[in-house]
Amino acid sequence: MAKADFAVPELKEYAEIPVIQPGSMQHSSPFKSKPEFQEALGFPGELAPDWQKQALAKMGDLLGRYRSLRVYLDSCVKCGACTDKCHYYLGTKDPKNMPVARQDLLRKVYRRYFTLAGRLFPQLVGAENLTEEVLDDWYSYYHQCSQCRRCSVFCPYGIDTAEISMAAREIMDSIGVGQKYCNEIIGKVYKIGNNLGLPGPALQDTLEGLEEDVLDDTGVEVKYPLDQEGAEILLVTPSADFFAEPHVDGLIGYGKVFHEAGVSWTLSTHASEAANFGMFIGSYENMRRVALRIREAAIKLKVKRIVFGECGHAWRVAYSFLNTLVGPWDFLDPRYPVPQHICEFTYSLIQQGKLRFDKSQNDDKVLTYHDSCNVARASRMGDKPGGQFEIPRAIIRATCNHFYDMGEETIRDRTFCCGGGGGLLTDDLMEVRVKGAQPRLEALNNVMKEKGVTHMAAICAICKSQFTKVLPYYGMDMDQIVSVHQLVSNAIILTGQDDDE
Amino acid sequence: MSFISDVYAYLFYFATLVLVAGLANKIVQYVRTPAPLKIPTTPAPTTNRGVVLRIAREVVFFESLFRGNKWTWIFGWIFHFGLFMVTLRHLRYFLNPVPVPLQMIQPFGIYGGMAMIVGLAGLWVRRFAVDRVRYVTALSDHLILGLLILIGCSGLLMRFVMHTDIIRVKEFFQGLYHFQINPLPADPLLLLHLLLIAALMIIFPYSKLLHAQGLFFSPTRNQVDNPREQRHLAPWARRFEQK
Repeated sequence: MAKADFAVPELKEYAEIPVIQPGSMQHSSPFKSKPEFQEALGFPGELAPDWQKQALAKMGDLLGRYRSLRVYLDSCVKCGACTDKCHYYLGTKDPKNMPVARQDLLRKVYRRYFTLAGRLFPQLVGAENLTEEVLDDWYSYYHQCSQCRRCSVFCPYGIDTAEISMAAREIMDSIGVGQKYCNEIIGKVYKIGNNLGLPGPALQDTLEGLEEDVLDDTGVEVKYPLDQEGAEILLVTPSADFFAEPHVDGLIGYGKVFHEAGVSWTLSTHASEAANFGMFIGSYENMRRVALRIREAAIKLKVKRIVFGECGHAWRVAYSFLNTLVGPWDFLDPRYPVPQHICEFTYSLIQQGKLRFDKSQNDDKVLTYHDSCNVARASRMGDKPGGQFEIPRAIIRATCNHFYDMGEETIRDRTFCCGGGGGLLTDDLMEVRVKGAQPRLEALNNVMKEKGVTHMAAICAICKSQFTKVLPYYGMDMDQIVSVHQLVSNAIILTGQDDDE
Repeated sequence: MSFISDVYAYLFYFATLVLVAGLANKIVQYVRTPAPLKIPTTPAPTTNRGVVLRIAREVVFFESLFRGNKWTWIFGWIFHFGLFMVTLRHLRYFLNPVPVPLQMIQPFGIYGGMAMIVGLAGLWVRRFAVDRVRYVTALSDHLILGLLILIGCSGLLMRFVMHTDIIRVKEFFQGLYHFQINPLPADPLLLLHLLLIAALMIIFPYSKLLHAQGLFFSPTRNQVDNPREQRHLAPWARRFEQK
């Protein structure tokens, strides 16, 4: 079991709603971004003397640019339906982690400076001046939100705390109070092409290694091409897929599927990252700039289609925003949606009977499936609403004999975030990550006990990294988390494969 | 006597002006503010028709709240449905002649008034009994609940205990259409009832009561899930396109 200098929550048989413990996570806040990282993104390096004025000006600017922000700050009636829905509240008991209270941190300032009632009767409507304490609270609690949107499912007005968190982070960035983790990573994407800062030659090396491994394993020459001009498909995948476990097993799986489909494909050094951290910091400009690399790579490599690897927030930006941010995609093959998810690609081949599987290769596992928050509630797969739930499950069922879902109230659009999304996947937020994972792991623990589940599959690089790290805190094994395309990779029968096993 | 009628006449002119202008102002503000990205909470409808149905289910049944919290849903729905019936019943003061369907639902308006108070009381109890809800409750939340309950109680008292001359009440409101101030019965309950309603109308555009139109403008609920098929460029985002 991993050592923690905080109390790791207990996993119970039945989910409990905790009694509030005010201030219990006040101390949690991530490292601040250094001036050099701020400036690379077009933000000031540090807090200026007139920061209040700047922050309010930025808030006014965002209120005029985002209807969501304006409507959501106005509409909340404090009904309380969201109060027990956030995994960070359930895991930390801090009432400021209840979605409505998190929104109120911004709303009370909005009311004070932008509404008549707040200007005239601040105490009456809970309006407050923007003070240093309020800013500290913003920095602390807007970095305890993974923008997973679970609260927005249950809100009678659809108020999405993610929109508020993004706006708050953008306001803070605009006055020089940025988060180190996100902003440093975005800088790396601009400079090198991916979040992990892996340069082209390192990628080339890794991919050649994978080709050798697959050849040794199967006797089939599966290619993992990089920067191959004229390939049909550009694969954009999270950079963790290039080396981390279990991510890389997923990448091996994508390659095998492309191989069996008989299509040419390529990765790109320039766009060697699917994730778009511009979304986490709520910055349209940075999100667009990060997304633009994909357009540039598609044009340069003269591809016909774009497919995204397993990555949750990346898929939200890809599915929901890419066309708007950097479209139109009229130079690509109009017969396919732009972009496509690797699961959509694999699923359509399964439907057409083009892939053969030996399910028994996964018989050492009993699977469950974790719906990644941003795939579940902020995107779609296939042509019907809810395809994002059915398609990955159909792939797991096609490749595994043993599959059980977790409790209904913890999957599909009610899924719990892994606890590390939205820019929180950093060691300086370990406590909130471990505690925030509690609701998901409680549901996992229950199917482990009841159904003998041994492994949980996911299609998100953040989920995979987060679970790998936090499972040991709960006495579970880090290898219990697997990629969906790892299961595909295990079971797929390649044409001409050695049958010596 | 006519002094009170004058005061109430001007009060209602003022309250109506504030309500209509305040709401119109908010709606214009919402319409003018772009929603620059597609953010429907999925699974979401892929057609306009589907979105209309989704919003209709939210308005009529409070679908999301039903999934979120059964107690809040039952009390909230009872209150809003009661309020709806009460409003229909009261239309008889503002329409002449009173259409037949309105005449027929009159008794249900009474039940609506009772339901309204039951619902409000339940919602108020939650504000004390549930620690999480208590934590997020501001003074204004209590005041609005109190205001609505007082409106309901004063109305029901006039129906069952101390009647007022409703023919003259109707003449008063009908007169306001022609800027003619007819005498209003000087019954304390009626005056209290009307005063509280005017107060409700005045605070409506400046309070959380704005949730009424917020739902229709909520991008997570009113957007069609078709971002791969259609670009969704906001006017302010267009400037990035030039390069």
